[in-house]
Amino acid sequence: MILRLNPSSGVPVYLQIVEQIKHSIEIGALEEGDQLPGIRPLAEDLVVSPNTVVKAYNELERDGVIRLRHGAGAYVSESNSPNSRRCRIKDASILVKNVVEKLRNMGLSDEQSRRLFEAELMEEVSCR
Amino acid sequence: MNAVVETTDLTKRFGENTALNGLTMTVPQGGIVGFLGRNGSGKSTTIKILLDVIRRTSGEALLLGEPTGSVAVRRRIGFLGEDKRLYPYMTVEEIIEFTRPFFSTWRKETESRLLRDFELPRNCKVSSLSKGMRTKLGLLLNLCRHAEFLILDEPSEGLDPVMAEQMLQSLVQQAADGTTIFFSSHQISEVEQIADHIIVIEKGRVVLQGPLDHVQQKFRRINLVFDDPPPAEAFRVDGVDHVSLQGRTISILASRNIDDIAALGPLLAAKSVEVQPVGLKELFLEKVRER
Repeated sequence: MILRLNPSSGVPVYLQIVEQIKHSIEIGALEEGDQLPGIRPLAEDLVVSPNTVVKAYNELERDGVIRLRHGAGAYVSESNSPNSRRCRIKDASILVKNVVEKLRNMGLSDEQSRRLFEAELMEEVSCR
Repeated sequence: MNAVVETTDLTKRFGENTALNGLTMTVPQGGIVGFLGRNGSGKSTTIKILLDVIRRTSGEALLLGEPTGSVAVRRRIGFLGEDKRLYPYMTVEEIIEFTRPFFSTWRKETESRLLRDFELPRNCKVSSLSKGMRTKLGLLLNLCRHAEFLILDEPSEGLDPVMAEQMLQSLVQQAADGTTIFFSSHQISEVEQIADHIIVIEKGRVVLQGPLDHVQQKFRRINLVFDDPPPAEAFRVDGVDHVSLQGRTISILASRNIDDIAALGPLLAAKSVEVQPVGLKELFLEKVRER
């Protein structure tokens, strides 16, 4: 598992860890039952406060992504079913591909489409 | 939450000069706390008062729950100062041998690990060590004793990037062993990387403190682009910390009511509205400029 953090992005480091571990599961770099590094080695490896790793692991456990076994480490949950997640991503990519094709047929430039996508996603953020 | 440090309205005057001007801060137990401020903002003065090297003018300061100056408490605390004063005539090995018996909590395994990691030359005299090497030696002497609370004043000063990373890594190891770490710095990037709690001071007062992730989740930069920008007064609403106008863009730093502020965009006919997270550096500059 390779995590790349960007501490100066303004996004809390624990959230970056949560998102990257979820992503590793989605792309199959981590599979169900795989053991994650312990809190101490991961903190040392990333050079972040151990509290930050604890917070990330607690959040992942709350989301049902990993199981924490006291003294025995952290494991990717079986119930997490990375396959179904991967299927979802695959379905979504087909959907996006179709939309992009239609937009190109309508004569929109890729840059215009990208802005429309971003505006749509922004809409969601500002509505929340 | 237990606090290792609690100051209330702490004031320190040197003659006409006010170094601390009502500083109220709390350092929670466990984890790594970054103490940020510009040169001359009062970081070192605060640390010196905590260590009872200088006396406060007024206010209160508690260290591990006791008033500062308690010898019993001082024994439970490690400190590495800016000057890294060490006995220059001793060799690295000698100074370690000399320091070890003072502390019942000294761990030999930490000593051998850090000697190896820090690549310290055992038989060299302290006087012949570079500033970076001296810092690492001072750090080793403090880390081996596994104090409850470790205070470091500008530990990365004079370290090259590789040494700085080794230093930060050793702090993470120490925190994992249960020591609360409090380090002052003006290197925002290293604070962002390893601290889980921050305290920012300016002109002897706290301008920002709390868990770093809370601070990061609280503040947002909202950029609004207009054909004809409305006056900045239109954005003087609750939660807005700072408004600046750059050409057609109005840039807002906000700590509350983010959604409501962003919603002003469409109401005032903005062409685009962007909400972005704010890095600590930007926040620091904004907080320091405000005053």
